[in-house]
Amino acid sequence: MHTMCPRLIKIVLCTLMTGLLMHVGISRSLHVGSGHPYVSVKEGIAAADQGDTVIIHAGTYKEGNIIVDKTITLMGMDWPVLDGQLKYEVLSVKANNVVVTGLVIQNSGHASLDDPGGIKVYDSRGVHIIGNRLKDNFFGIYLQYSKHCIIKDNIVKASGTEEQQIGNGIHCWKSDSLQIVGNTISGHRDGIYFEFVTGSVIWRNIAFDNIRYGLHFMFSNDDAYITNLFRNNGAGVAVMFTKNVKMFNNTFEDNWGDAAHGLLLKEISDSYIFNNRFIRNTSGIYMEGTNRIIVEKNIFKANGWGMKIQASCMDNVIRQNNFMQNTFDISTNGSLVLNTFDSNYWDKYEGYDLNKDNVGDVPYRPLSLFSVIVEQNPPAMLLYRSFIVTLLDRSEKIIPTLTPDNFIDQVPLMHVIPL
Amino acid sequence: MFNKIQRFIVADILKNRIVLAYTLLLGVLAWSVFSLEDDSHKGVLTLLNIVLLTTPLVSIIFTTIYLYNSSEFIELLLSQPIRRARIWTGLFFGLFFSLALAFIVGAGVPILLFVTGAKAIILLVMGILITAVFVALGFLCAIISRDKARGIGIAILLWLFFSLLFDGLVLFLLFQLSDYPIEKAMVGVSALNPIDLARIFIILQLDVSAMLGYTGAIFKDFFGTGLGAAIGFGLLCLWVLVPYLVSLRMFVRKDL
Repeated sequence: MHTMCPRLIKIVLCTLMTGLLMHVGISRSLHVGSGHPYVSVKEGIAAADQGDTVIIHAGTYKEGNIIVDKTITLMGMDWPVLDGQLKYEVLSVKANNVVVTGLVIQNSGHASLDDPGGIKVYDSRGVHIIGNRLKDNFFGIYLQYSKHCIIKDNIVKASGTEEQQIGNGIHCWKSDSLQIVGNTISGHRDGIYFEFVTGSVIWRNIAFDNIRYGLHFMFSNDDAYITNLFRNNGAGVAVMFTKNVKMFNNTFEDNWGDAAHGLLLKEISDSYIFNNRFIRNTSGIYMEGTNRIIVEKNIFKANGWGMKIQASCMDNVIRQNNFMQNTFDISTNGSLVLNTFDSNYWDKYEGYDLNKDNVGDVPYRPLSLFSVIVEQNPPAMLLYRSFIVTLLDRSEKIIPTLTPDNFIDQVPLMHVIPL
Repeated sequence: MFNKIQRFIVADILKNRIVLAYTLLLGVLAWSVFSLEDDSHKGVLTLLNIVLLTTPLVSIIFTTIYLYNSSEFIELLLSQPIRRARIWTGLFFGLFFSLALAFIVGAGVPILLFVTGAKAIILLVMGILITAVFVALGFLCAIISRDKARGIGIAILLWLFFSLLFDGLVLFLLFQLSDYPIEKAMVGVSALNPIDLARIFIILQLDVSAMLGYTGAIFKDFFGTGLGAAIGFGLLCLWVLVPYLVSLRMFVRKDL
């Protein structure tokens, strides 16, 4: 028994090593490009086996729809261009564990029936799309029924002008456990679009100048988006019909326009909004049918409306935020208030602090009469900054009659929270 | 540029303590607003309130009182072989010039220093136009009634009406007619009040205009274009011309 053991181990090890060596030996690199063994990408892929690497050298490849149907690595050297000639879907990934990297993918076809994309992943697992440049595609990167995929460090750019004539930058549908990291997306309809996507993370992306939303969530539960920058998108970021979403450390900037929001929340519950910055948006956060959300330690600065909380919202907690330089800090459309305001800093607060514990001795009412009037009757905004409005607001502050009684921060802070 | 009457009136008014105090007040307010607000466009909004409140008040009241006080001087001039229209025009330009100068020195300098671009020019032009409008209205008040107390009363009422009551009426109408598409009509209604006209003009120059929503968009479509801006400017000029010409006509025909 004692003599058998090392021998057995030896045999097992040898078998393993041989298997490994054979595997490494089989895995090949196939070079595609003029002056290389394969002239077209399609030929290269056709010749490749599982686990091979297809290296595409510089050049422009106009090959229609390229389908990757086996587990290979597709790697670009010196930015080869795959061109869809505005007719085809450029790259279709239909196998697990495919890696796509270093490619320039441009000019996919435009069609609203089958949604062609620059890179489209069908029903696959473990696909990595890393460090590509996508230009002027209908959809940039499109994932459907995919799991455990990583979309990282891509630049997705288009120059759409109308919503219906351009698709989304990174579009994910019915997927799970995705990682969308470090991408830059501009000029698409929605920068990043999630529908029925669960357990995923969106981290360190930049979405700007998109026509509709920077980020759009629909029916996507248990996701997180962290440290992203959303700037100057048509209508900001929308999170709808969703629960349990974590929104940390993002910046929502310059989403300015008639129907623009920093963050639009609609029919969402049990989520956590922490440490974000809402700067220069028409409205920082717009909430509708939103329940059990915690809004904590955010900065609301120089917005038209800091937060618009519709009366359909319930059990939300807004605590320890900084409200600074907003035209209106808060507005609401009804008299029912089922949300809590607690320990925020309001730069419009005019109270005092006798015992110097940094908590104001008189409660603060963040709702101004004019904001209530405007909510009921939007054209009244025309009287903005007129004398009568100032007068009405002043008298309402002293004796509140028309604004809801319990719309109140009992413990407003005297100083800005360092965030 | 100035004839003798205008020169005399300008010199007389510029020495006036109230005008000096007015210049100083505007200056102190404007400088403190811009040094306290860390965001210059919020500063513009705060200053807008001041400009739209104090400028009309000082312009109309000062003009009315000045005209009553110089009634003996006017009578003296009338005994000379000078045409009545010439005297009245001289008085108007003298008053307008000195009050506008006070505005430019008091508020204009900080505005030009702290605010950039078209905003500064619009704010300045609107301030000067509002001064002109309320000087003209002051002339009307002074000529309507021979009684000084009544004339000043009318002046105060006019100021109160344009800066407060009118907007109250607009608010009332907005709520009464909220079921109807009144957005376009609002453009017409705003033309009936020079202060509203100036306020909307300036707000359209600022980022906050996006908050005006649908009505704001209509205003922007109208006043934002070259033609609309010209019409708005023309309307404000009408607000100067009509009251002044009415007062001139009354002065020329008046049996003194």
